[in-house]
Amino acid sequence: MKPTDTSDPDYFHKVVDCQWACPAHTPVPAYIRLISQGKYSDAYMLNRASNVFPGILGRVCDRPCEPACRRTRVEEEPVAICRLKRVAADHRGDITDRLPKKPKNTNGKKIALVGAGPASFTVANDLAPLGYECTIFEKFEKPGGLMRTNIPAFRLPEDVLMEELGYILDMGVDLKLGSPVNSMKELLKEGYDAIFVGTGAAKGKDLRLPGRDEASNIHIGIEWLESVAFEHIEKIGKKVLIIGVGNTAMDCCRTSLRLGANDVKVMARKPRAFFKASPWELEDAEEENVEILVNHSPKAFVHKGGRLTGMTFDLMEYDIDSSGRIVDQKIVGETTIPCDDVILAIGQNNAFPWIEETCGIEFDKWDVPVVDKVTFESTQKGVFFGGDSAFGPLNIIWAVQHGHEAAISIHKYCQGESLTERRPDKLTLEPTKMGMFEWSYNNSFDDSERREMDHVALTERFASLGTEVELGFSPEKIATEVQRCLNCDMQTVFDAPKCTECDACIDICPVECLTLAPPAEEAVLREAVSAANDDQALFISDELKFTGRVMLKDEDVCLHCGLCAERCPTAAWDMQEGIVTIHHAGDQELDEIFEAAE
Amino acid sequence: MVSFTKPKIRRKNEPTNDIGLIRSDYDGAMSTLCAGCGHDSVTAAMGRAFFELAIEPYRAVKVSGIGCSSKTTTYFMSQAHGNNTVHGRMPAVATGAMAANADLTYIGVSGDGDSLSIGLGQLVHAMRRNVNMLYMLENNGVYGLTKGQFSAAADIGSTAKKGGANEMAPIDPCALALSVGATFVARSFSGDKEQLVNLIKAGLKHKGFAIIDVTSPCVSFNDHKGSTKSYEHTFKYYHKAVHADYVPPSAEIRASYEDGETMPIELHDGGVINLRKLDNGYDPTDRASAFSKVLESGQSDEILTGLLYIDETTKDMTTRKNLPKRALNTIDYAELNPGANKMAGLMKEFG
Repeated sequence: MKPTDTSDPDYFHKVVDCQWACPAHTPVPAYIRLISQGKYSDAYMLNRASNVFPGILGRVCDRPCEPACRRTRVEEEPVAICRLKRVAADHRGDITDRLPKKPKNTNGKKIALVGAGPASFTVANDLAPLGYECTIFEKFEKPGGLMRTNIPAFRLPEDVLMEELGYILDMGVDLKLGSPVNSMKELLKEGYDAIFVGTGAAKGKDLRLPGRDEASNIHIGIEWLESVAFEHIEKIGKKVLIIGVGNTAMDCCRTSLRLGANDVKVMARKPRAFFKASPWELEDAEEENVEILVNHSPKAFVHKGGRLTGMTFDLMEYDIDSSGRIVDQKIVGETTIPCDDVILAIGQNNAFPWIEETCGIEFDKWDVPVVDKVTFESTQKGVFFGGDSAFGPLNIIWAVQHGHEAAISIHKYCQGESLTERRPDKLTLEPTKMGMFEWSYNNSFDDSERREMDHVALTERFASLGTEVELGFSPEKIATEVQRCLNCDMQTVFDAPKCTECDACIDICPVECLTLAPPAEEAVLREAVSAANDDQALFISDELKFTGRVMLKDEDVCLHCGLCAERCPTAAWDMQEGIVTIHHAGDQELDEIFEAAE
Repeated sequence: MVSFTKPKIRRKNEPTNDIGLIRSDYDGAMSTLCAGCGHDSVTAAMGRAFFELAIEPYRAVKVSGIGCSSKTTTYFMSQAHGNNTVHGRMPAVATGAMAANADLTYIGVSGDGDSLSIGLGQLVHAMRRNVNMLYMLENNGVYGLTKGQFSAAADIGSTAKKGGANEMAPIDPCALALSVGATFVARSFSGDKEQLVNLIKAGLKHKGFAIIDVTSPCVSFNDHKGSTKSYEHTFKYYHKAVHADYVPPSAEIRASYEDGETMPIELHDGGVINLRKLDNGYDPTDRASAFSKVLESGQSDEILTGLLYIDETTKDMTTRKNLPKRALNTIDYAELNPGANKMAGLMKEFG
């Protein structure tokens, strides 16, 4: 048994499940508290510091934070974190004077950014204020990357997208639209100090089945969405089949409904538990009466004289074991479903036809560039990758995180520093006790259920492709939802020498996550406090002065209500706000100053 | 922000007892005692014992007198019956309630002031009558509610928070109980839940008067260096003599008595208290031996704990007095009132 080392910045960070799960480590509880105080602009700025696009992500983030949310330990639904992010963006005041500015003088370093998506914009956001001259090259006439081409406007309105991209362009970033980079070799010759590739994974997968070449009206999902976004496609047939059941499939089926389809079926090869789409995207599609058919494996495209008339599917049956894995499958029949159009949404790949083999950039056997997981540098010095182009398709929030990390690397590269010597994360603890029974946060447990998002009526939403479906939270919903947050960043900090072993904390804990036990191996101690989730830490204190026992806390179920600290007669337990600092490019060179101050 | 209410939360996979209740169903109002008070810990132990015994809260009666400890009946099992009585008069009220309804589980909660000063006479007569109840004596050696004067349980030499040492001999509740015929005598400590919860369960299941003298430190007025009832002192001199496990009626568990070190005591409900002696030569069924052991430990610093004495053979008040086994209000009028003729007959008998 070893006492827990809470000085490791990751220890308390991990307790904040949402923040830990967020690739950019957005301080979720802290911004929700700001919203609860009506400080929307502050909440927006706090978000922006880590995730750069709160308005965009508040609508279309993949939300890794929500499944992680501690609230799900005591009830089904997590806090509506994503919706609250949008609240901060919707209700913020004018924050333009709080944004990083273009410095008076540049530092003379020139950075080329290929592709105007979230990764490149994040790199520019981090580097331009430091004096770097950033140039973004974009093949289309409008910026945004997949945020524009793949996410339909009814989920992400163009003005929201443009406003947040605009903040970064205003930092003196040069955006060259309609300027595809056709040769890495040429780009390398142009004298840039560093190059960042953020071109996404823009190649949709095809489905080579009988009839594919003969039949018309077969579309590749992301290309089709792109054509819709640029208004090259304005209508589709009445009956549409979507192949695949990921988030792109959800965007395809809902977009079809807005272009004239009235019978849209999403065809899934496997049962529902294997769907790749986020549950909320499935819900939104089903609300629009999209039918999702499971256990249909595509077999052939049916056509008549070159015109698509339907698709044939094998009907599948799966054996699923107790852990939910498919152990066997068999074909139990065949069916043909008539349709006018088929949209293939079965995945996407990176594609770099413009990077010559002789550039020094190595690709692995799947044609994915070899990119360092920490520095995001390719095998060619000074060339960095990020977003979907680095490791294959992820999502916007990962692209942002890649952008931050790549920006640090580019900065260090241009300053001649080691790319791997990066400032470690930091955690500081701030007291929160305000007086008897008073803490600087609302420590009472609110048992309200998750607020539902209001949507535009079904009868109205299909009129225009640009009608945003989600209406945002009403003031009443905001007021309730913010109180559902458990303030997991308010850490329970234990000072062993002060403990008199009176049991007060153990008795008051509403989730029985504390106990005292004789020192033993962690497995034994976990049993003592019924700590069932091995993914979450068990806090083990130093041996206590009266009996030599140790204080145990199961970090998994703690609700951060502060009652242990409230009932502690000697303040051995204290609630302290854990503030996680994730360093970005801007604060890399300040090491010595920071360390001297500490 | 202000919050001092223990939220009621049903966790996923939270354990339930045999009647489907969770531990927090046995909670009461929030305690207003000082943070760190031993009494709150005893309250938690009582709640846990009732939970583990799966006693329906509405089938339980909580009675208490006056004092910090007597306040605590409010802080657990809010669905149970309760009566916060006059200072020191809890045993009389409990005795009366028992006479009216012997079909409920009775727990009395009191302190060293309520029990050993103003209520001393009440306490000893309840023990003599062998009223079928558990009497929790939360003992901190001081009058906490009036700012820490010595109580009758203060040890010689124990010092007040501000002031001198106590010079008068203490009343030892266990010695007192043994001398007047209590049939279940135990001592424990608020800081040892494992022992305390088991003793409470055994005491509730014992048919007769059970008393548990619980050292329960007063964190505000008697938790300092010179105190003999502080957390530090009690942890230091704490000695477990006899470990008691209550085992509910169940054939399977009965099979494991063979172990030479354990002594099974059969209870009237068919359950068993398994006694595990930690001291050699100590017999908790021998009153004289228990008495001398208690007196001996009183001469030393050692705090002798565990189930010190048990006697399952002496009849409790209800049995001895042939009182109704069920509640008076469930007996119908005809049975309750035998009529004028019967009365006349009775009068004649004594006439």
